[in-house]
Amino acid sequence: MTDQALAVDQQAMETQPQGLVVNSLTHRYGTALAIDRITFDVRPGEVVALLGPSGCGKSTVLRSIAGLIKPQEGTITMGAQRLDTMPARTRGIGMVFQNYALFPHLTVEENVGYPLTCQGLPRSERRQRVAELLTLVRLDTMARRLPREQSGGQQQRVAVARALAARPNLLLLDEPFGALDRALRFDLQVEMLRLQRSLGITTLIVTHDQEEAQSLAGRLVLMNKGRVEQIDTPTAVYDAPKSLFVNSFIGQANQLPGIIQSAGADHSIVRLAVGQKIKVPRQVEFVVDAPVVVTCRPEDVTLVSGANATTLPARVSVAIALGPTLVHELTLADGTEIRASQMRDQSMRPGKPGEAVFLSIDTARCHIFPAPAGSSLSSSPSH
Amino acid sequence: MRASGVPFLTPMLTLSVLFFAAPLAMLVGYSFVGETGFTLDNYARFLGDPFNFRVLVNTFRLGIQTVLGVTLLGIPIALLYWHSGPRVRQVIIFLTLIPMLTSNVVRTFAWIVILGRQGPISETLLAFGFTDGPISLMFTELGLVLAMTQIDLPLVVLPLIAMLSRLPTSLGEAAEVSGAGPWRILITVLIPLMLPALLAGWVLVFASTSASFVTQAVIGGARNVYMPQLIYREVGTLFDWPLAAAIAVVLLLTSGAVLLAITFLSRHRRLANHA
Repeated sequence: MTDQALAVDQQAMETQPQGLVVNSLTHRYGTALAIDRITFDVRPGEVVALLGPSGCGKSTVLRSIAGLIKPQEGTITMGAQRLDTMPARTRGIGMVFQNYALFPHLTVEENVGYPLTCQGLPRSERRQRVAELLTLVRLDTMARRLPREQSGGQQQRVAVARALAARPNLLLLDEPFGALDRALRFDLQVEMLRLQRSLGITTLIVTHDQEEAQSLAGRLVLMNKGRVEQIDTPTAVYDAPKSLFVNSFIGQANQLPGIIQSAGADHSIVRLAVGQKIKVPRQVEFVVDAPVVVTCRPEDVTLVSGANATTLPARVSVAIALGPTLVHELTLADGTEIRASQMRDQSMRPGKPGEAVFLSIDTARCHIFPAPAGSSLSSSPSH
Repeated sequence: MRASGVPFLTPMLTLSVLFFAAPLAMLVGYSFVGETGFTLDNYARFLGDPFNFRVLVNTFRLGIQTVLGVTLLGIPIALLYWHSGPRVRQVIIFLTLIPMLTSNVVRTFAWIVILGRQGPISETLLAFGFTDGPISLMFTELGLVLAMTQIDLPLVVLPLIAMLSRLPTSLGEAAEVSGAGPWRILITVLIPLMLPALLAGWVLVFASTSASFVTQAVIGGARNVYMPQLIYREVGTLFDWPLAAAIAVVLLLTSGAVLLAITFLSRHRRLANHA
């Protein structure tokens, strides 16, 4: 198999992997602020994902690191070396482009060997290295093909091999799996992880796909509107989101607008817009009467048969069985939509559309965020 | 079975047969007419004269030089277009299209002025001291190539621009990140990817140049004779129509062979179907 090629590569990688530090990166397109004081780091050998909706500035960050655009402020450092003052072609970075950007007129081996040709490596060494890389990505039988004679997944692996060819210190991946269908995507992600682990190369992935980010990266850098919202491990980002944006971007979150009624030392009470009160068993940093949004994950919402002081009345809109889970789309009395997701078991029957039910929310797992500016609650008289 | 398309083709087919295929067949037929019926004598007479052979070679050389000229000028113009904003792009397109919007006679006379003894080229060379006295590029092959290059420039620039516009910018970026400098990117990525468009342009330029009777006659003058003038002389001055037909067939076959060769080249595995 590829062990031999891996061994050769590991040897080459024995030069200690270096970390990437991005500090206070700021860039404007014209007068529009694309990224605003972006600061994060990728530790040596770590995989970090830049995650955010399209237009959040993550590509601008990636292109700044690659040297394809020159940010107006901030520094980029790799190990002890400043990258931002260097031209793109001397930065020693491998990059996989969104649509792979393979040279259509060159064969697979010529594509993979292109960075080596640029380095002026002698032909025999180049051949050997290209053969190694093609074995590494399991394309050794396709050396003479042209990119268009390959499937999307194969093209993606050629792009990865080309990015790794010149033994870069840093691997940048720009939506590397975006153009592939779902089934293939997972296989290639596993393959990519195996490759990254074996090479120990410092890796930065840009993606808008949270599942992809969670499955590949050790830490996530969440971006929104040109700013970093949170930097943390995938589980921490899911369990302890620092903002409403992060909460609703990673996984699903039900949002219940309300007003802080009392803020005690061990619990707080929020009066929801729908009328009921919700008691959150911890201290919050809000003053009384502050407009807030209470969020909860669909899996923290359960349907119960009888009403009591802590349940919310709702009506079923749709019930969908998704494999092992049963998902209910529900509407509260004031029209707020809420989603509940439970593991299916024999005793449970899906609700019928229009049926009145009661919801129990696991308040220990709820989060409370300030209401976004411009929402209906911020104009309430108590403000 | 699907309905046949013949009824829809009929008008175009009739037109082609009447006004293209039939006259061409008559022309070919004419070339075999002698005093005693069928003969190969006209071809023998044409090929037997070394002067005629030189004219054929000259015509090809003119075509090749013009192709070279439009390529050397067209690639930078197309690249400039590619890197420019919308306003500059409009200007480039307009300037490139000018020869196509100008009457053949007008642009030829414009070139007479430019190439002449008191034209801008002569004046500039004189001002910089490259020549001792005024020079004229009229009635020289260089002057003719210059004029033909300008006239045929859109035939190469337009396909190149179309090609570049479809090219993803990430290809250049991928080369840059791989460690290629601007010249290497141009030579190893951009020009190879431009080749299909260049080949298409070359076919048009070569065909247009070898048949451009007016420009050849006016700027080339009597000393530089090309195939179209040879044909014209046989038709209009010597009234030897069979010989004129034979020359026309030779021109058709030889330039056809060149065009066919270029077309085959563009079917190469690495050139076809991309971008």
